[in-house]
Amino acid sequence: MSATLVLILRRLGSAAVTLLLVSMVVFAISSLLPGDAASETLGQSATPEAVAALRAQLGLNEPAHLRYLHWLAGLVTGDPGRSMANNLPVREIIAGRLPKSLLLAGLTAAVAVPVALAIGIFSAMYRGSRLDRALNVMTLSMVAAPEFLVATVAVLVFAVKLRWLPSLTLAPEHPTLGELLRAYALPVMTLCFVIIAQMARMTRAAVIDQLTQPYVEMAALKGVRPARVALIHALPNAIGPIVNAVALSLSYLLGGAIIVETIFNYPGIASLMVDAVTSRDMPLLQACAMIFCTAYLLLVLVADVCAILANPRLRHP
Amino acid sequence: MPPDLSRRGLLGGLAEVGALSAAGGILALPGSAQAAPRRGGRIRVASVSSSNADTLDPAKGALSTDYVRHYMVYSGLTQFDAALRPQPALAETIESRDRILWRIKLRKGVRFHDGSPLTADDVIYSLLRHKDPGLGSKVKSIAAQILSAERGGPGEVLVRLAQANADLPTILATSHFLIVKNGVRDFRTGNGAGPFRCTVFKPGVRTVAVRNADYWKPGAPYLDAVELIGIPDEVSRVNALLSGDVQLINAVNPRSTRRIGATGRHGLQETRSGLYTDLIVRQDRAPTGSPAFTEAMKHLLDRELIRKALFRGYATVANDHPIPPGNPYYLQGLPQRVYDPERAKFLLRRAGLLGVRMPLYASPAAEGSVDMASILQEAAANIGLNLAVNRVPSDGYWSNHWMKHPLTFGNTNPRPTADLLFSLFFKSDADWNESGWRNARFDQLLMAARGEADEARRKQMYGDMQVLVHDQGGVGIPVFISGLDAFDRRLKGFGSIPIGGLMGYSFAEYVWWDA
Repeated sequence: MSATLVLILRRLGSAAVTLLLVSMVVFAISSLLPGDAASETLGQSATPEAVAALRAQLGLNEPAHLRYLHWLAGLVTGDPGRSMANNLPVREIIAGRLPKSLLLAGLTAAVAVPVALAIGIFSAMYRGSRLDRALNVMTLSMVAAPEFLVATVAVLVFAVKLRWLPSLTLAPEHPTLGELLRAYALPVMTLCFVIIAQMARMTRAAVIDQLTQPYVEMAALKGVRPARVALIHALPNAIGPIVNAVALSLSYLLGGAIIVETIFNYPGIASLMVDAVTSRDMPLLQACAMIFCTAYLLLVLVADVCAILANPRLRHP
Repeated sequence: MPPDLSRRGLLGGLAEVGALSAAGGILALPGSAQAAPRRGGRIRVASVSSSNADTLDPAKGALSTDYVRHYMVYSGLTQFDAALRPQPALAETIESRDRILWRIKLRKGVRFHDGSPLTADDVIYSLLRHKDPGLGSKVKSIAAQILSAERGGPGEVLVRLAQANADLPTILATSHFLIVKNGVRDFRTGNGAGPFRCTVFKPGVRTVAVRNADYWKPGAPYLDAVELIGIPDEVSRVNALLSGDVQLINAVNPRSTRRIGATGRHGLQETRSGLYTDLIVRQDRAPTGSPAFTEAMKHLLDRELIRKALFRGYATVANDHPIPPGNPYYLQGLPQRVYDPERAKFLLRRAGLLGVRMPLYASPAAEGSVDMASILQEAAANIGLNLAVNRVPSDGYWSNHWMKHPLTFGNTNPRPTADLLFSLFFKSDADWNESGWRNARFDQLLMAARGEADEARRKQMYGDMQVLVHDQGGVGIPVFISGLDAFDRRLKGFGSIPIGGLMGYSFAEYVWWDA
């Protein structure tokens, strides 16, 4: 077990280095954007002297490397600065949005992961059958339908025509379970469309890969029932690729939910980052980018650890 | 200043100020005549956009959502009526003899939401803070004409302008000049004297405001609460209205009007405002600077087609000057310039410009400009002028393209006065003199009209300026674009104040819920 611990610690160390590199890249790329917060705030009314005054006020006249060091020092001490658009602390803004994104991502994952695994395992077990082909067509067409189309059609049908569900996801502060389900039904459904297919396809491929191995044939010859073969014998060996596919799909739920956030007017963190880009609100933009990167690294790390725990061979590379 | 102020010195629209305040100060509703308002009810309103840059600071308001929020929470010294005339609000009277020194008498008994009374110092602070370059006020250049603001007699503020300007009462009715509490710098919560108290303000998420029972207009407002959100996507906004999740939306695309009308439960309100998207023909460089080329471009704008095809009739044909027909200074009888390719061809041939290739820049940032560019391109191709349309993204359009190329499009929001429109966009030395047009006679007229006391002479001057801009100016203005709002029919008292949609952004104090 201590070998696993060392491995995890090493992975955490390299994640920290990766984050440092990412912070440099994020800072460099965001400074490449044309214009700055001063000119964007003033918009059409940006006269040179107005821009100069606002720029001085926002501290945009400092050299870039100093701004980077200030920002990095702030990040390390847990203070990512103040938003240039509304002068609120970035931490406060993100604290209002991140839980919403996590809630949406969590609900989606709670629905999508079991469904995707079930679809993947079923179609692997009955590969080549009519069920498999039907599930294939279904998942492929789900991933092919663009999110904005799915969301808009769903709103037209369920909110405008049938009036069963709200067209906006305005979650009350302390919702009951029923309110929560009603409010989140449409966005969760739309997001599931996107991620279920990927996870199901990967699960199917990974399980099939195992089902063609000699030990599965052996188990079948010994008379083990197909369900038991798939779940007890094949699945543990397929967990590595599956958790990786799940991690990749879930990492999409934070930053990639922008279309769903826009259509359902959901105050998540993806639309916050798009706002930050349009208003050239660098502290906020950089903080969002760092959050996405951290979340991604964490998910991949968890996936790797799961794979290692499930597969003893990986512990001694 | 002697106490016997000459009443003739007042601006036309303010002449009946005394009478109005004596009658209790209740203003006529700009909406159509309807049954008596009912108290109570809560509505949710969706405006075009809401972002992290949302603000409760009136000086920084940038979008319709901001303006609505500010008019809910704050009151101004004056406010617009349905004909865009300034009416007294926190100011009981605004008087001046020379239109340089203005005496503002404040309404008595007005309280801010925190209970503190409205004082002269609040007004002085609210006016002068725009001059601070570090604030980033959107109206800094307008506020520059205010030389000083100081206490007069009890409950009075004296404002001294750099030069005579008869439009001060109108300027003070715009949302940026709403009155805030003296010394306030933190705008996380809004402390105003407006019809609603802000209880929740989350930038980019929502604003909730509840009825201010101490509002200075007795009886008003009628709604218990208003929740304001932003839905940038037009289809989603309309869907939210049709599904009953919101009760009022703005910026409806004319394409959606049929869907909204079909339900029978929703109404549409057209606001004929002065919003326009204009073709900018730079006058300070060849070849676009030639008068023949400029006039030819104006003749190539198919105004009827733009009105019908682009805006489905929700627009008014314009005549290459910025004053919309509803404006009191609109010049009747100026011949309408029409689509005339033959005349354009003749002019271009005379200028030797037939067959040249000219780049034309359009962007979704300037509403409708991309489609206008296509229409113009086709019309030009028919007579042998090759316009290469460059469609550029909204992001950065105003800083990188607008006015920077020989042919671009601009977009101008309604401004409350003719003086503002002309000073901001047509005066020779204006920052946004879009076409770089220089006309000494125009500048003279503009300065003279600003301080002119005689209404008839003033109107004459604005008429002359419209003729100058129409004949010689460097912009082609095809249409004035109407604003379209849609609402649940249970919302009553809704009308139009042509400074912008949502009743000039100030619907909240006028409407009521009848359900």
